[in-house]
Amino acid sequence: MKYSVDEHGYYGQFGGAYIPEMLHPNVEELKNAYLEIMNEPGFKAEFEDLLRDYVGRPTPLYFAKRLSEKYNTKIYLKREDLNHTGAHKINNTLGQILLAKRLGKKRIIAETGAGQHGVATATVCALMGMDCIVYMGAIDMERQKPNVERMRIMGAEVRPATSGSKTLKDATNEAIRDWINNPVDTHYIIGSVVGPHPYPDMVARFQAIISEEIKWQLKGLTGRENPDHVIACVGGGSNAAGAFYHFLDNEDVNLIAVEAAGLGVNTDKSAATTYLGTPGVLHASRSLLMQTEDGQVVEPYSISAGLDYPGIGPMHAHLFESGRGSFFSATDDEAYEAGIRVSRLEGIIPALETAHAFAVLEQIEFKPDDIVVINLSGRGDKDLQTYIDRGDY
Amino acid sequence: MNNRIIELFKKKDKEVLNIYFTAGFPAIEDTTRILKALEKSGADMVELGIPYSDPLADGPTIQESGAQALDNGMTIKKLFEQLEGIREEVSLPIMFMGYINPIMQYGIENFCKKAGELGIDGLILPDLPFHEYNTMYKKVFEENNISNIFLVTPQTSEERLKVIDESSEGFIYVVSTNSTTGNADKKIDDNTAYFERIQNANLSNPTLIGFNIKDNETFTNASKYSNGAIIGSAFIKAIENSTDLEGDIDKFVKSVKG
Repeated sequence: MKYSVDEHGYYGQFGGAYIPEMLHPNVEELKNAYLEIMNEPGFKAEFEDLLRDYVGRPTPLYFAKRLSEKYNTKIYLKREDLNHTGAHKINNTLGQILLAKRLGKKRIIAETGAGQHGVATATVCALMGMDCIVYMGAIDMERQKPNVERMRIMGAEVRPATSGSKTLKDATNEAIRDWINNPVDTHYIIGSVVGPHPYPDMVARFQAIISEEIKWQLKGLTGRENPDHVIACVGGGSNAAGAFYHFLDNEDVNLIAVEAAGLGVNTDKSAATTYLGTPGVLHASRSLLMQTEDGQVVEPYSISAGLDYPGIGPMHAHLFESGRGSFFSATDDEAYEAGIRVSRLEGIIPALETAHAFAVLEQIEFKPDDIVVINLSGRGDKDLQTYIDRGDY
Repeated sequence: MNNRIIELFKKKDKEVLNIYFTAGFPAIEDTTRILKALEKSGADMVELGIPYSDPLADGPTIQESGAQALDNGMTIKKLFEQLEGIREEVSLPIMFMGYINPIMQYGIENFCKKAGELGIDGLILPDLPFHEYNTMYKKVFEENNISNIFLVTPQTSEERLKVIDESSEGFIYVVSTNSTTGNADKKIDDNTAYFERIQNANLSNPTLIGFNIKDNETFTNASKYSNGAIIGSAFIKAIENSTDLEGDIDKFVKSVKG
């Protein structure tokens, strides 16, 4: 497969495992075991059963009639918002915790930005009876309080990251430091297609269920299994990786990734990494990264805590560089307006992350017969306060 | 000019004291002042930290010193300016310790060339993978007479230890426990079996033990199992609020050496 990871853990020039020696045995163990475990019939059966009975998969692929009429094209929504815990994140946390159990790990750590990955991790830890520690930026803990409490109710310990900008990047640093201090009994569940190899590939494979379902669902609905366009928002890029995965090598399918422009790509308040970033190493992989000339990581900004990240997964950096993916961005205002529009036209309040994906409908003109699949990665309940604070609906 | 790290271990193989500090901290112009004071006070080697926004292997003390150095305006370019002519005044072996990203942005080849010209003897880049170093950068390190210092940990296998030893020139950095730097919860005494394993591994390179070494007791103890030890966070704490930098450095080094 041309756009998947190579044997050294790279996607073109991006990827790798830029880890300190302290993490070498953990990452090596994972690298040597993940594919074998994921292919075990017993693992597959347990994962599939839980995805169906616990998560609620398959999620519907829904023809959005009113949205299609407005944009004069055929829009289908992949309803990842209907998963247990309200977003796609649980596909990955469930897969990783089953894998961690098979590796004999007793303790789970995770990072979270908006709290969705943290909640999805706390959920599967409760399900499996494992200790759970979630690192979250002190600022994010303040702005995503309900998710902090959801994690605590399910028995997770939420530890504030107080260094740097006190957001997702810093929470990730703290989780990596925890892993360095506890390498033997702990598995680190990374929430996105970032981090050292094999994480980007492993997370993409767990999320690939999204595009696997799209193919057979679309075939049932329209007679063809490949859409013309797939649209997804990208922070680190896990929902996009899942929605693109089975279409990567079919170049007839246009892959559209939407980043968070914040207040605008020409301001210093943005998180549009492919537009503003240059090659560099963050969180142990080489990718595109927002940084100063001196190689210091720049603090990003977005209305959406889940897209507020200065990097992007190495697979996406490669899709960008190779031209296989089409990269767009949406500002806070455009995302907010798109979120309200989807709420009014379809009765679905999307997460603010997901609202960025809908915002490109205003930027791209699709043909009337085009089949456009939008990955509706999460629901907007967690963002209610942000919607209320803007208030002009 | 021979590499000063290799020369040092020819002359001294016991209780080698290597002090880490962050460039541009506490004040931006303190870098060379601290180097000179360390030499005068009897430290054997220096590990000069290049501040980075996201130092994964470091605990809070070194993180905060780096953040302050960056706030002070520290950059790699600025550091190179400060070190211009340093070899006229300081003869201690000096290593840079940093993270790969800022050095990649400077350009690894240019960085090694400049460091070599300034008389820097070694480089510790904890997040530069072994494979990438061996296939892409080994030659440029060697051309500039710079030792690449590798870390080993309690989790490092016998086999990997041998490979690392073969690729090393200078010394091997023995990380005392599974830990970030300056973690008070971790006691080095718990790891004597690991130290003995390393000590008896017949390595061709000298070893220095680092992470959570902080005073005469831990330094002396670590030195029993190696050629010496590295102190970072405890030194940073000793100078962070200093009003008499030279005096406090002298006091610290003497108290550690005992």
